[in-house]
Amino acid sequence: MGCHFTKGLPALLLSSVVVCLIPSSVSAQSPLSKEELLISNDPVGHPGGHLVVSLRSEPKTLNPVTSIDISSREVIAQMTGDLIHINRFSENTEPALAKSWKVSRDGLEYTLKLRRGLRFSDGSPLDADDVLFSFHAYLDEKVNSPQRDLLLIGGKPITIQRMDADTLVFRLAQPYAAAERLFDSVAILPRRLLEQAYNDGKLSQTWGLDTSPQQIAGLGPFRLKEYVVGQYLTLERNPYYWKADREGRRLPYLDQITFIFVPNADAEVIRFQAGDTDMVNRLSAEDYAALEKEQTAHSFHVYDAGPSLEYNFLLLNLNSSLPAQSEIAKKQKWFRDVKFRQAISLAIDRDSMIRLIYRGRGTPLWTPVTPASSFWIDNAIPHPPRSIDQARKLLQQAGFSWSRNGELTDDTGSPVKFSILTSASNSQRVQMATIIQQDLKELGVSAQVVSLEFRSVADRIFRSHDYEAAVLGLAGGDTDPNSQMNVWLSTGNDHLWDIGEAHPATSWEAEIDRLMEKQLTTLKPQARKILFDRVQEIIAENLPIISLVSPNVLVGAKDQLGNFRPAALDPHTLWNSQELFFSVTVAARQR
Amino acid sequence: MRLLSKKSLLLMSLVAIHVPILFSGLFAPYDVAEQNRDFSFVPPSRIHFTDAHRTLHLRPSVCSLENSGFGQYHENRDRCFPIHFLIMGSPYLLFGVFKSNLHLFGVEAPAKIFLMGTDLYGRDVFSRFLYGGQLSLLTGILATALSLGFGVLFGTLAGYYGGWPDAVIMRIAELFLALPWLYLLFAVRAFLPLNLNAAAAFCLLVSVIGIVGWARPARLVRGIALSSRERHYVLAARLFGGSDSYLIRRHVLPDAYAVIITQAVLLIPQYVLAEVTLSFLGLGVGEPTPSWGNMLSTLQQYQVLVSYWWLAIPGAVLVPVFCSYLLLASELQPRRTAIDA
Repeated sequence: MGCHFTKGLPALLLSSVVVCLIPSSVSAQSPLSKEELLISNDPVGHPGGHLVVSLRSEPKTLNPVTSIDISSREVIAQMTGDLIHINRFSENTEPALAKSWKVSRDGLEYTLKLRRGLRFSDGSPLDADDVLFSFHAYLDEKVNSPQRDLLLIGGKPITIQRMDADTLVFRLAQPYAAAERLFDSVAILPRRLLEQAYNDGKLSQTWGLDTSPQQIAGLGPFRLKEYVVGQYLTLERNPYYWKADREGRRLPYLDQITFIFVPNADAEVIRFQAGDTDMVNRLSAEDYAALEKEQTAHSFHVYDAGPSLEYNFLLLNLNSSLPAQSEIAKKQKWFRDVKFRQAISLAIDRDSMIRLIYRGRGTPLWTPVTPASSFWIDNAIPHPPRSIDQARKLLQQAGFSWSRNGELTDDTGSPVKFSILTSASNSQRVQMATIIQQDLKELGVSAQVVSLEFRSVADRIFRSHDYEAAVLGLAGGDTDPNSQMNVWLSTGNDHLWDIGEAHPATSWEAEIDRLMEKQLTTLKPQARKILFDRVQEIIAENLPIISLVSPNVLVGAKDQLGNFRPAALDPHTLWNSQELFFSVTVAARQR
Repeated sequence: MRLLSKKSLLLMSLVAIHVPILFSGLFAPYDVAEQNRDFSFVPPSRIHFTDAHRTLHLRPSVCSLENSGFGQYHENRDRCFPIHFLIMGSPYLLFGVFKSNLHLFGVEAPAKIFLMGTDLYGRDVFSRFLYGGQLSLLTGILATALSLGFGVLFGTLAGYYGGWPDAVIMRIAELFLALPWLYLLFAVRAFLPLNLNAAAAFCLLVSVIGIVGWARPARLVRGIALSSRERHYVLAARLFGGSDSYLIRRHVLPDAYAVIITQAVLLIPQYVLAEVTLSFLGLGVGEPTPSWGNMLSTLQQYQVLVSYWWLAIPGAVLVPVFCSYLLLASELQPRRTAIDA
């Protein structure tokens, strides 16, 4: 094992010597059996190699407690470990730092057993106190962690009790289905390094990007090596990582991962095409098509990993908080008519969207659940094909008529016109809106596409409610319906079509509320599925949002990369970074 | 070559560019919003003078396209359709007033003629280019008129009267010069209602570009007014009892005439570019109304840029248009100096 000396100050050198000495002595003396390592079942790879990937923006922090942005979270995920992990490929939970867990019969008590003998990446041991400390930090209101909300069950924080050095009991205020999924991505922190800062109330300021690698430790497959502002961030192999392959070799295989910062998606593709990076986490359909042609010549491959969790939809403003005389309120009279919404949905040509925008690499949607959630999707939902005639009939039934020049008019004779808001930075959604506009023209509806900068779109949707219709997309982090509670509950923060309504405006919204609450406290997955199927049926029938299309997960990687298995869940490519390896010849060349 | 001076050549080339754009309804074979979703990213149609048997025909023809995978087409030389001139097609409004459905050229269904190819939605780029040019060039011309109007008015007032009006107007002008107009437009757009139709968005664009730009011509005109009010003949006219408005009309403005014309010719391309930039960034008129800027905005996607060259035509056309305007500006300049000397 190489000990890396940074070109830092002499004082830092000394500490890095100490850090380096402990690991080599420990790993030489302690046989693997003393540490309860997790043995991976994946094909055995070769050690060594340096993986280079791109990040679309620089991380803002390395602090797992305060990070929100995608780039920070992606880097932190490589440096930290959680108790129970969601396997991004199988979408099921699996043991991580906790080697096992038990749920009490009432579903209120989770008893977790920690693996013994594990060490943080700086060599210090992990025990139940670290776990206790971590959860206290996440739950502390003063720390203001974005993860705090997730750890509140029924409005009350989870309580944690330490039974012995490696047993912890987590108590929930009310039954919560699939509560073990909550542990995913809750990074366990080293108490030794952070307790002082926490006691001083400075936890959220620690572990910024200026922190020296010696002061950061985690339980992930990699640890911080170097950060160069504006250029790259390098992680090196964590020699104490707690997973091993079938042959007993400690993971990860790779020596280093470097994240280079690129300004945008195009730069990301160009760098990959040029061979500067070894994989790319997200490709657009055009990029995919272009790279596909070059893959043999450039010895990389592009993969279509199937449906993603992202769903795009047309949102009609149903907010009940708008003043009755406002311009939007007049249009809401149409939007509130379920037949109007159904007619719009019938008029939309989803197949063309798939063909033109995703070049066939996507799925048309009639509910917001995408095929990526193979367990949860309700396959009984009808997929009515596009039909202008059918749509016209529905509109007629709803009291609309057509003027002599083909314009759709409501019962008071005013023409049906509305604007569709999209974010200018997302070209795919602008394209969807443009297709919808042309489709609606066939109904005599004149819609107008308005693309604004992302922040003003978000402000209009979430705060001022000053919009008529919008094309938006949401991507859940998990397949479990619990991660969508915020969208479907009428009190939810992301209850997009009517944010902040005091009580459900319609009986079907009340029904969704009831079903979602019920599935939350139902413990049997099959029973939950029945409840959630009903929710999907209600949504498909009443169309509070008109689901459009979902893109596939398109990624690329160099041919030499072994164990590369892109997943539907984020991060699509780096989720199994500990198992990635370069085939022998390349690894040898790189060293 | 004395028959045609450089200036008239330039003027003629500008006219040649502007006429088809002005009569875009006549020249464009299709409606700008008409989508042919099976013909996404079709390259410019080939025009044949021979048929499949290599026989020469005087009437050109286009062959029908067959779709073989996304963005891949091949011509079916057995199914060719002659191009007809002056045929009836989709209805349009000439100059926004006269109803017509006469098109300069077209082919019969099922064939389609795409002189500049199609975009993602299968819309005819040539038709959109002509209509888009109408919007982009008109923005340039109207915004120039607007900012020159304000510029001349305030510049003359400031230069002719001097004193505190001069100080006030010029400080405001400096304020406007320092204003970041791009962000101003962002801000203005964010405050306006969303269901701004194309005409309203166009007026907004013209007024913001025009109003922000008044300061530069105002400063130039002020300089001229300042010097010309001290000229002996102006002083003489004043001595004979000429009123302020008479002096400005008769003496000061004619002095500024050359500068105003040159400024106009310089400002038009500058403002066309401003419109193109704003629409490129998605701040101009919205889909499906075309403008050169929003047509170019699809090129922000790298793969579109490298794969479909015909979408860059509106950008390429800007070069000769701007060159003609700028060369004309420099042609106009020496004429006046020659007279002055």
